[in-house]
Amino acid sequence: MDYRSNLEKCLAEGRFVVTAEIGPPKGSDALKIRDKALLLEGYADAFNITDNQTAVVRMSSLAGSVILLQMELEPIMQMTCRDRNRIGLQSDLLGATALGVRNVLCLTGDHQSFGNHPAAKGVFDLDSIQLLQVIKNMRDAGIFQSGDPLRAARPCVFLGAAANPYADPYEIQVERLGKKIDAGAEFIQTQSVYNIEKFSRWIDEVRSHGLDKKVHILAGVTPLKSVKMAERMKFHVPGTDVPDTMYERIKHVSDPAKEGYQIALDTIQELKQLQGIHGIHITALFWEEIIPALVKESGLQIRT
Amino acid sequence: MIITKQKNFPKILSCIGSKPVFLIGCNQCATICHTGGKDEVLAVKQALETKQVPVTGWAILDPACHLLNDKRMLKDHAEALHNAEKILVLACGNGVQAIAEINPEKEVIAGTDTLFLGEISHLNEFHKRCVLCGECLLDLFGGLCPVSQCPKSMLNGPCGGAFQGNCEVSPQIQCVWVRIIEELKKRGTLQALSIIQQPKDWSKSGEMNRRI
Repeated sequence: MDYRSNLEKCLAEGRFVVTAEIGPPKGSDALKIRDKALLLEGYADAFNITDNQTAVVRMSSLAGSVILLQMELEPIMQMTCRDRNRIGLQSDLLGATALGVRNVLCLTGDHQSFGNHPAAKGVFDLDSIQLLQVIKNMRDAGIFQSGDPLRAARPCVFLGAAANPYADPYEIQVERLGKKIDAGAEFIQTQSVYNIEKFSRWIDEVRSHGLDKKVHILAGVTPLKSVKMAERMKFHVPGTDVPDTMYERIKHVSDPAKEGYQIALDTIQELKQLQGIHGIHITALFWEEIIPALVKESGLQIRT
Repeated sequence: MIITKQKNFPKILSCIGSKPVFLIGCNQCATICHTGGKDEVLAVKQALETKQVPVTGWAILDPACHLLNDKRMLKDHAEALHNAEKILVLACGNGVQAIAEINPEKEVIAGTDTLFLGEISHLNEFHKRCVLCGECLLDLFGGLCPVSQCPKSMLNGPCGGAFQGNCEVSPQIQCVWVRIIEELKKRGTLQALSIIQQPKDWSKSGEMNRRI
């Protein structure tokens, strides 16, 4: 069988995969991406390149993805709906696939008011579900969103989306996942998992709907580097759930980073045991250098 | 209703300078918003006069966005208007433009910022309810509009940013998607949300005029 990407192949073969996030720099220096990628090479099957995450201007995810391709690493290009309308998104998708991008993660995107240009006009012409469907139709039916046909090669991409088991209101989150799958999602990267109990309940429900058979789910892991970061995640980032016991644990140790690392390690071990989880997505915010140790020590195998 | 907010007085004063000015308010939306009714127009008049700005006259139009009515009502103020170099309009952006259109020789100053099309929820409390998108989808969402009330205008929401039921962008309001879900649950039609809503046809919002 022909696979569109290494990520798709690994998942199809039933391997427990690892993806890791690389945030592009606030500048035009390709070396910043190369340095991070060199650090992580061999420790993930594919690398998410974020699209102006939290609405802060950075090098584009398309350029960052191409820099990885030049290093013969596999990018997952993130695309948000905040900064481009359906014309811009479809155009960039064609460009990205022409340059070799084979994995795309479709997101609605953080609102511009949270970033470094709060005066910007948000686009939001599409939402993540519509973007998935638009790309799926370009790929499978050879048509643009308007119905106009593509006149050259169709964009051959493996499509991903995000899911958040901790989002409010909880009761519709599984249904929302189903909707993303219907729209075209083939893999899912979840919000960072801290509350493993709640996550287990979510994945049980996902399995009871048979959705784990329709999509590959990668559980998010973000190691907590400091008490400050734990506090931010616990009190200020909507849709994250840091349990009180975990917060207390990290707050009262002499080396919070070491404790945060241990918590991440424990979380990965628990996630590996969960049925329906097909991999781990590591987002180490400003702490990428911890990823190799985390991957090695948790016994995750990367095919090089 | 068109919801407006009065610009702060120093800003208004800096636009007017010390030239003679005629003041215009509106008997409808701007009156209810307390931005351009009789009380507010007279308050601005007094404040300007305190700053030695000559006010040649004032009028409350009904409504300011009615071009023919404006022409008729302003006939009674022809001399005061003639004596003014500038016209300060305390009405919505439409009212300001109507006055500018019938007074091409005068400098027309907007005294308010026009915020949104909204409802009066309580006395002096207004909520955004419509962005004039040109194709109403309210029947799909239990009578609640995600296009105007969700900061990301998501048709397949919610986004995951709601916190204790409130919007992450405007924490003082309830997430419209939380409300939509509650409403559809009450009606027993929550299943309707599993249908993928297609991208909106924004060409419908491009109408620039309409004649009946």
